[in-house]
Amino acid sequence: MSTTADAISQMRAEQSWMQRNKMIVTPLLFLLPGVLFFAVYVVIPIFQSFQISLYRWDGLGEATYIGLGNYQELLTDRNFEISLWNNVKWLVLYLLAIPAGLFIALFLNQTVVGIRLYKSLFFFPFVLSQVVVGLVFSWFYLPREGLLNNIITAFGFESVNILGDPTLATYGIIAAGLWPQTAYCMILYLTGLNAVDPEQVEAGRLDGAKGWKMLWYVILPQLKPATFIAFVVTIIGALRSFDLISIMTNGGPFGSTRVLSFYMFERALSEFGFRMGYGSAIAVVLFFIMLFFIAYFLYSMWRDEQEARR
Amino acid sequence: MFPTPIEKRSRTAQITYQSLLPIALIMWLLPLIAVMVFSIRPFADFTNGNYWGVPSSFELFTNYGRVFFESDMPRYLLNSVLITVPTVVGAVALSCMTGFALGIYRFRGNLLIFFMFIAGNFVPFQILMVPVRDLTVNMGLYDTKAGLVLFHIAFQTGFCTLFMRNFIRALPYELIEAARVEGVAEWRIFWFVVLPLMRPAIAALSVLIFTFIWNDYFWAIVLTQGPDAQPVTAGITSFNSQFVAQYHLMSAGSIVAAIPPVMIFFLMQRHFIAGLTLGAVK
Repeated sequence: MSTTADAISQMRAEQSWMQRNKMIVTPLLFLLPGVLFFAVYVVIPIFQSFQISLYRWDGLGEATYIGLGNYQELLTDRNFEISLWNNVKWLVLYLLAIPAGLFIALFLNQTVVGIRLYKSLFFFPFVLSQVVVGLVFSWFYLPREGLLNNIITAFGFESVNILGDPTLATYGIIAAGLWPQTAYCMILYLTGLNAVDPEQVEAGRLDGAKGWKMLWYVILPQLKPATFIAFVVTIIGALRSFDLISIMTNGGPFGSTRVLSFYMFERALSEFGFRMGYGSAIAVVLFFIMLFFIAYFLYSMWRDEQEARR
Repeated sequence: MFPTPIEKRSRTAQITYQSLLPIALIMWLLPLIAVMVFSIRPFADFTNGNYWGVPSSFELFTNYGRVFFESDMPRYLLNSVLITVPTVVGAVALSCMTGFALGIYRFRGNLLIFFMFIAGNFVPFQILMVPVRDLTVNMGLYDTKAGLVLFHIAFQTGFCTLFMRNFIRALPYELIEAARVEGVAEWRIFWFVVLPLMRPAIAALSVLIFTFIWNDYFWAIVLTQGPDAQPVTAGITSFNSQFVAQYHLMSAGSIVAAIPPVMIFFLMQRHFIAGLTLGAVK
């Protein structure tokens, strides 16, 4: 294609520099505003955060360079350790959204009257803001007024104060987070199931594949793109968890529900004090955890890109 | 089709399935239904401990009326609109351009820039928090809607570029070649050839970004603080402290805050879902 463009540009002998280089200049001009915005607000701040994490700084006065002092403090910070562990819990348990979403998608992948409405209503929680999800669930869990405890006590069990119990609170929040996340995974799988090749399913049936075997050997391989995206968004969602914690427990009881993203905010920008440097050090740790996954995602996308070119 | 279509199963299986559907749905939406029931109760029900029985009176209009007329809720809602709409326009416009540049042209660094957008889109917000807050304060935009809008546009450009670029990649390249042979200028190719074909992608992204930004909470509390600029997600916490322990009003308030994205979703479902699957799952 560039040869045709070249031929045209040779035909018109006296042309401006602009026109001769249009295949390079055009994309650059089109990229400029977007890249500029993105650099100022996303790329450069990442490096600035690295730098700030080496200082002791309250956000207003003079910043003092303390080298790796903040990171050393992290090593002995009990709250940091709790947050890190909670992040691991989030990561592992959040992945349940993927099989749960697949399960609901399989349940709903039928063509009965009104199924479209059912699908949208099942997907509905994802459209709600995490703030609303957090409020809805904290009322749902209320010890006296909450519906959950009313159901539990109706069956003759003791009522539980989920968000007030340090051993249960994190799981209660994760359960709330799983609600919209499962809905998201469900919709990914529903779209994926739509594209499953009916001939392969028929061929599988003729070969006697049924139920689980069919799902495992015929259907799931075809759902691989959906699974990949479900995996990406679930991991990112788990590590980004902030809203629910802030709304439902605000880190409590006794700091037991903090995760890195929340702890960072608490240190840098709340009544616990404005320790920008220390907060940035926490953010850097979180960033490296995320980077591990980002690198993997980018690698898989890059591989697909190479295959698409061939 | 998998699983086996229910029409091909026995009559009992069909009836079981049909009756399971509504039961499953009610269980799935139970927490939300609970909040809806709360929001139509009178306050007396809560003081009498009648949380789950039949409401003693039907107070839908009183409760929602108080949300609208006795709180800052309308202001927060307006702020949300004034933050969300410009962000959608800005991010979609910028990403149409970046997506066009990255999807059509071959130049060195193309993939690198593309991957920079994707990677940036996945970073934790907290690593941006301190510098972005500083930048906003220094520009004099702290606690303004403009400050939030600028950041949201920049950040969403990452995701939008990913989406737009992949969409443009899938367009028939012959169209662009043909236009070039005709001697059409590059910017005209963008405006008259590519942009009209991008309509479905623009619709999908707009709907999706609208919901994302409307539902944002973290940046709202980092970059704004009062009812002058705060969107409804952040405003709802001050709303709740105004009506503390009055569950009927707090429930009504959060339902009001959730309605706009829900309506957008139900009106533009097809686009919404196309956007969510990142165009990767067809």
